[in-house]
Amino acid sequence: MEKLRRSMMFIPGNNPGMLQNAGIYGADTIILDCEDAVAITEKDSARNLVFQAISEMNYGTEVAVRINHISTPFGWDDLKRILPAKPDLIRLPMAQGPDEIRQIDEFISAAEQKNKFPAGSIKMMAAVETPKGLRLAYEIASASPRMVALAIGAEDFIANLKTTRSKLGRELLAARGQLVLAAREAGIQCIDTVFSDINDEEGFKNEIELIKEMGFDGKSVVNPRQVSVVHDIFAPTAKEIDHAQRVLAAYQEALEKKSGVISLNGKMIDLPIVARAERTLAYAKATAGKGGK
Amino acid sequence: MKNSIGREIPDFIPGLGKVTGFGGAFARKPVGRTAGAALSTCLPRTDKLLASIETAIDAVGLKDGMTISFHHHFRNGDRILNRVVEAIAKKGIRDITLSPSSLNTVNDALIPYIEQGVITAIETSGARGKMGRFLTEGHLKKPLHIRSHGGRAQAIESGAIHIDVAFLGAPACDRYGNINGIQGQSACGSLGYAIQDAAYADQVVAITDNLMPHPLFPISIPQTQVDYIVVVDSIGDPAGIASGALRYTKDPKELLIAKYAADVLDYSGHLQQDFSMQLGSGGASMAVGRFIKAKMLERGITGSFGVGGMTGVFAEMMEEGLFKMMFDVQSFDIPAIDSIKKNSNHLEMSASYYANPHNGGAIVNNLDAVILSATEVDVDFNVNVITDSNGVIMGASGGHSDTAAGAKLTIVVAPLLRGRLPMVKDAVQTVVTPGETVDAIVTERGIAINPKRLDVIDNLKHSGLPIMSIYDLKDIAYGLCGRPEPIEVTDEIVGVVEYRDGTIIDVIRRPIF
Amino acid sequence: MSKLLKAAQAGTVESSDILIRLIPGDAGTGIKVELVSPTMQQYGAHIRNLITKTLVSHGIDDIQVNATDRGALDCTIKARVITALQRAGE
Repeated sequence: MEKLRRSMMFIPGNNPGMLQNAGIYGADTIILDCEDAVAITEKDSARNLVFQAISEMNYGTEVAVRINHISTPFGWDDLKRILPAKPDLIRLPMAQGPDEIRQIDEFISAAEQKNKFPAGSIKMMAAVETPKGLRLAYEIASASPRMVALAIGAEDFIANLKTTRSKLGRELLAARGQLVLAAREAGIQCIDTVFSDINDEEGFKNEIELIKEMGFDGKSVVNPRQVSVVHDIFAPTAKEIDHAQRVLAAYQEALEKKSGVISLNGKMIDLPIVARAERTLAYAKATAGKGGK
Repeated sequence: MKNSIGREIPDFIPGLGKVTGFGGAFARKPVGRTAGAALSTCLPRTDKLLASIETAIDAVGLKDGMTISFHHHFRNGDRILNRVVEAIAKKGIRDITLSPSSLNTVNDALIPYIEQGVITAIETSGARGKMGRFLTEGHLKKPLHIRSHGGRAQAIESGAIHIDVAFLGAPACDRYGNINGIQGQSACGSLGYAIQDAAYADQVVAITDNLMPHPLFPISIPQTQVDYIVVVDSIGDPAGIASGALRYTKDPKELLIAKYAADVLDYSGHLQQDFSMQLGSGGASMAVGRFIKAKMLERGITGSFGVGGMTGVFAEMMEEGLFKMMFDVQSFDIPAIDSIKKNSNHLEMSASYYANPHNGGAIVNNLDAVILSATEVDVDFNVNVITDSNGVIMGASGGHSDTAAGAKLTIVVAPLLRGRLPMVKDAVQTVVTPGETVDAIVTERGIAINPKRLDVIDNLKHSGLPIMSIYDLKDIAYGLCGRPEPIEVTDEIVGVVEYRDGTIIDVIRRPIF
Repeated sequence: MSKLLKAAQAGTVESSDILIRLIPGDAGTGIKVELVSPTMQQYGAHIRNLITKTLVSHGIDDIQVNATDRGALDCTIKARVITALQRAGE
């Protein structure tokens, strides 16, 4: 079962109070943010705070760091400072192509070697936020074995499309669809964008239902209140679990009878359906172990 | 002597005399009879109205060394306590023992009168802000005497506190002295803390800004207990008496703690049809109420009764049919005051009915669950609500130890850290509620269940909640902040914490500032 | 041995943070830490030591530190001291 990343929660890297509480809300991954959440004059503060926080706090979740893009004056300094603390995941914003992924991959390899970390232990993910980035999504996703997820950053993306964010979210349909395709072709996860209106619970839930349907593995969140909402919707329902169990039972029966045909309630079951049933049950098992959250 | 929870209590405390140390939550059995007010008589058609507070002080024959009492139902809108003490001081009367049911920051104005020796002793539930600091510095002649609400009722009814004169703010008072708290511009709802005072004080002066024709109804305090009436322009500032509806917190950490507390209640098996509960009035407590309400609706269960200081949140649950009735000792906000006025199943109750341990059984004894806050807790599950981590008096005993003793399940909620200070420690600064009455400590990083409660521990095994030993919880706290150096204190006793049964559970020593 | 070029500060007086102000000291004046903290009794000595240790490990011998603490944990204190040092041109 691959690592659950249903919720990836952003924490401003320059906020000590929020950094120390980052791990208590049950998010699958916390993203300590050195980029958008941090003013230009405080980029140095943020990377030092993030370094110390990762080194000394026992978060109990996967710890990711969103660095500044390497084309800014800050990105390489972020990596230099933070990698020795051994974050689990580096998130690159504004990914434009596979070259920058490869550059960062090499840099991380050198840091792993220098600090005697197991090779490949620090993962990467990238967010596409421009049409070009989206076009090269597959190349970006497959540029390094460290890559575990692709994400989309809606605000910048929609500005690039010269349209606005709407309730129905149709402006993002093409982008989301393409992202899922690219991620799946590369064999990695896809994570949806942040929903920033904390008070619009209805809109938030609708968006999660939509992206779950589209095949996303998880969503970026900015507020602890959003975490359990995401987990609830991503959890398989009792009906889904029941169905999955019966599919697997039918599969078992077919194996025992050495039959070439798997059938349930008179309908034929193809192997992809069996695979999906296995995935549902593994997912249910993994989330049940997390206190039903 | 070391009392039964290991706190060092002097056998003899200056200002109090010989004291008995705490020996267990239910150890002490009372002997004797209830005390009583002095007998009096009142001729037919007597006019009880006096011209002013000053006249009333003369009429009751207030002398040096007497004990006077007040209720605190007007909270920070109170315009009576300070006014009466000011008038007493002007008459040159001194050495008064002040016995208000609690003090608020508006009473910081009493500080000069303490310095002048007008007030030499205070018996109350707690003190905050400037007054709390002032009392911690030891400026009051006798040590501050802290009692819980139930403990105060016990002391009044047994005669341990003898009230010479009770000055009672009366939102509605008729010409012969019938009083209620729900009518008038200074309505405060329940008068629960005033009821004992009126019944047991030798003399009672009602102070009102709303004189009504005789007889008024409903009657909370009967005319038979009221000796004099004074009419003033305003007994309280409505904005300070009751706020608009108190709302639950939106802080994500407090919400997480609240959710855990509701889950503990649920999984422990105490959230059943017809259960009863008390919530506090703080934002976190009310958030717990919201989560419990959601669970009740989800499971289709309703509760029997709610208890305590009442807020609109609870009144709303009652009006929605989620609870059959409420017992209210203090109405915190406007919706609660409206509710007690119009809902016949929202009852006023006295502090004695609420929490006195030495009667035929107070309502806390019937509580299934109570959610309480804390300033600190320790590895023996003892709880501090009166001093902060610097040993400064800043809180109140309130109904904390009463409800903890009575309830089947006592849950204490607190953040694991306040700033850099750990809230779970080896030993709290001051014990108010003994660990034997506390069942669960709920923080945002972990939940500890009292080892005595094997049933609760068992029920929570498969809840998925972060249950751990109290020592592990303390280690997490110390791991984050470091082990705190202890506060240095002198030998001078500036406060005495009396348990609800009259024994001394802890003392407050003056810190070296 | 490093030498500070100029005065610098890092951090804020927000809850859980610490404001660190560094002023270069003349040679031989040593490390002087002025600390204001709501946890003076419980952690004052520890916080002072931590600031001093962090400075020493960066080779600083002479410096004046004004620290206004609002309940910061060790990781925050270290980070703020290091940021201030970097800004001072260490």
